[in-house]
Amino acid sequence: MATERLAIIASKGTLDWAYPPLILGSTAASLGIETAIFFTFYGLNIIHKEKMKQLKVAPVGNPGMPMAFPPSVKKTPVAGQLAGLMEAIFPGPPQLMGVIPGMTDFMTAMMKKTMKDHGVATVEELLELCKDADVKLIPCQMTMELFGYKYEDLIDGLEPPGGAATFINYVLEADKPMIIFV
Amino acid sequence: MASVTADKTLDTSGLNCPLPVLKTKKALEELQPGQVLEVISTDPGSKADIPAFCQRTGHELLETVEEGGKYIYYIKKKG
Repeated sequence: MATERLAIIASKGTLDWAYPPLILGSTAASLGIETAIFFTFYGLNIIHKEKMKQLKVAPVGNPGMPMAFPPSVKKTPVAGQLAGLMEAIFPGPPQLMGVIPGMTDFMTAMMKKTMKDHGVATVEELLELCKDADVKLIPCQMTMELFGYKYEDLIDGLEPPGGAATFINYVLEADKPMIIFV
Repeated sequence: MASVTADKTLDTSGLNCPLPVLKTKKALEELQPGQVLEVISTDPGSKADIPAFCQRTGHELLETVEEGGKYIYYIKKKG
């Protein structure tokens, strides 16, 4: 049978951008496609033991962000009414609010709660599902050195660090190769 | 009510994309070829995703039932 391979490049280190590579990777593997995710630049934070717990979603520079109060907050009596009022006035957090200290942490907490309320898996869960499904998780050697990350700083179960040639070769060995850049 | 009887049931109620598909894949691994898995989901996205999963993997989607906000799939493991 012709081999099909999906190679995903994860280059972003925010909470929201951690999701697409992990969701696509775990799902492709469960559809029987050989899958690898290459973590480069800030994407390395997704597989960094400490930094993966601190992934954030930034209101600054993100005008598409909705005013996201979790459903569980909207159902509580006073806080819910306040949240409803906020949402009626502002469709999203005004960009200026991003400079308020703690705003990024607040929006991150709201996003995490909203995801939990909606039954969306956590980043940790998705990484475990990727490993279960035999997705190859490859850290980028060059950016590890650039950022001063050691292999031991990263989560267990990863492939050895690789470079561009490793990645390209992995892709082109397949009869039907696919690449997604995130 | 479905006309098929299932050998095993997987309830993914409350879970969202991609968890219903991933859990379906795992549950099917525990069945024998020809056995039927019943998957219960509340994720509207599963209406497109479960058939796509079956088409891709070769398992047969025997029947889909939609009742009371739940989507129930009967999947026969490929032989």
